[in-house]
Amino acid sequence: MTALIELEGVNKHYGDYHALRDIDLDIRAGEFFSLLGPSGCGKTTLLRAIAGLEDVTSGALRIDGRDMKGVAPNHRPTNMVFQSYAVFPHLTVAENVGFGLRRDPRSRTEKARAVETALEMVGLGGYGKRRAHALSGGQRQRVALARALILEPKVLLLDEPLSALDRLMREQMQLELIRLQRQVGITFILVTHDQEEALVMSDRIAVMFEGEIGQVADPETLYRKPATRRVAQFIGKMNFLDGRLSADGRAVEIAGLGRAGITEEISRGVSSGPVAIGIRPETLAILFEGESAPRREAEGVISEVVYYGDMTYYDVRVDGIEKPLTVSMKNLIGRPVLDVGAPARLGWDERALVLLPR
Amino acid sequence: MKGAPLRVYAILYLLFLYAPIALLPLFAFNDATIIAFPLKGFTTHWFTDLAANTALRQAVGNSLFIAAMTAVFATLLGLCAARAGAMARFPGKGGIIGFVMLPLVLPEIIVAVSLLIVMRQVLGLNLSNWTVIAAHVLICAPFSIAILNGAFQNLDPSIEEAAMDLGESRFSAFRLVTLPLVWPGIVSSLLIAFTISLDEFIIAFFLTGANPTMPVYIWGLLRFPAQLPVVMALGTILVALSVVLLVIAELFRRRGLARAGIKDTGGFL
Repeated sequence: MTALIELEGVNKHYGDYHALRDIDLDIRAGEFFSLLGPSGCGKTTLLRAIAGLEDVTSGALRIDGRDMKGVAPNHRPTNMVFQSYAVFPHLTVAENVGFGLRRDPRSRTEKARAVETALEMVGLGGYGKRRAHALSGGQRQRVALARALILEPKVLLLDEPLSALDRLMREQMQLELIRLQRQVGITFILVTHDQEEALVMSDRIAVMFEGEIGQVADPETLYRKPATRRVAQFIGKMNFLDGRLSADGRAVEIAGLGRAGITEEISRGVSSGPVAIGIRPETLAILFEGESAPRREAEGVISEVVYYGDMTYYDVRVDGIEKPLTVSMKNLIGRPVLDVGAPARLGWDERALVLLPR
Repeated sequence: MKGAPLRVYAILYLLFLYAPIALLPLFAFNDATIIAFPLKGFTTHWFTDLAANTALRQAVGNSLFIAAMTAVFATLLGLCAARAGAMARFPGKGGIIGFVMLPLVLPEIIVAVSLLIVMRQVLGLNLSNWTVIAAHVLICAPFSIAILNGAFQNLDPSIEEAAMDLGESRFSAFRLVTLPLVWPGIVSSLLIAFTISLDEFIIAFFLTGANPTMPVYIWGLLRFPAQLPVVMALGTILVALSVVLLVIAELFRRRGLARAGIKDTGGFL
């Protein structure tokens, strides 16, 4: 696939504040791309720079091969769904959705038909005559979506579009956005601080910290093979242990757990010597009576129990490891919930280790 | 009843505020030169005298012109300041906005004297309607800014960006989206600046040229007791006009809120 949006060495300064640092990024045509990061990491600034609402201080930004320097937002092939939705309160739903068609040469009836089609696409068929300010949050968001999609942009930019919705509504809209993106085939760029949302929705994700891109990868790679400790910490839950990688890269010495042989794939990109070792809670297991570890076993004591209904999270203290290890267990039938202070046998697997530079 | 004393107090308070004004129409229609009870009989000839007085008509014309110009300029300045205050980020913003609002609390006599010195001694201008307009813009602008600030504060700052993103230029985004939403505020601002300028006396007294404004002319009339009923008639018209203008301003403000779907949280009336 070819790159639709290319960023090369993009920098943005606000006075002394360095909001974007040397951003290099390619976004492909037709993909659902997410910019993920904590607040203040520059993800919204980057999105606004693509939309043309923000000038970049240096670097090149091309959309569809065309340099966007000095091109105003109204002349870019992008449309945006704002965090506040920015629905025009003094207009009706149909006037909002048809706003971008003002300069369109088509006849009135054709435009009206296009508006109705766009409204149906977002599930608001027949809402055209309503006043925009009388809509609920979820409906406003749909209006904002229809208003942007009706212009058939090359890129749809979404600035935290789901953050104001309640949980149920948010999950429903996530699936609906995915369906919509497949239906229209337009490149979507989503800004979010919610790692779960990014994992669920995206083809690829760029994780950003303090104006820099930490890693760009598909959701699975990002979760299984994070490039840095920071990315690993931000995506999902992760236990960190100290370790040392052997010179040949095929074995690690892990504090408290002992020596483990690893494949080349796990140690790839990490130089030998002291390393950080990540273990996801779901790759660890508490071994109940009669169960034995498929691979490796360690002894510990439960120091904390958090019960979620479908899952229980245990913190297990193991000799030689500074912080207790977090273990998530499915509450299967017949499986008890253990108490704090109970001894626990911990099962682990060297295939699930994540090696990171220390 | 528990609230009775408070109710009596409230009624007395309102009487104290408005009873003197109620005397205006009473004597404007009273058939006697001397302003005193008992009333003598109904007449409208003070109003006919008023219409026949060319000097007074001229003063009223001056005042209307000054008030209209002041309203337009103060509102334009207010529009710029309020938009900057609500949408732009710049260093020292708080201080600058505070500074712009300062004329609201400056004693008018101080403003009048210092402006007279600036106009005559420093700039060497001849006093005219325009010097009065300049001074009135100075004292009306803070009111316009305060009113328009309210209108802009209710506005989602990304709404203008959304219009630009949908294909409009910066100016047409302002015209199509921001302007309709703050329009009621603009009308309120025009009306209030107009009213303030129309009856402003101190500054006009210092800065007026050969043609006095209406309040200045009325003040001059007080030396001729026979003319007092005419002043009463004029006052009656002005009170009626002020009430009408304020009501219109308030109606526009409420309509603006209803249009933008915002809950009403106070106002002038």
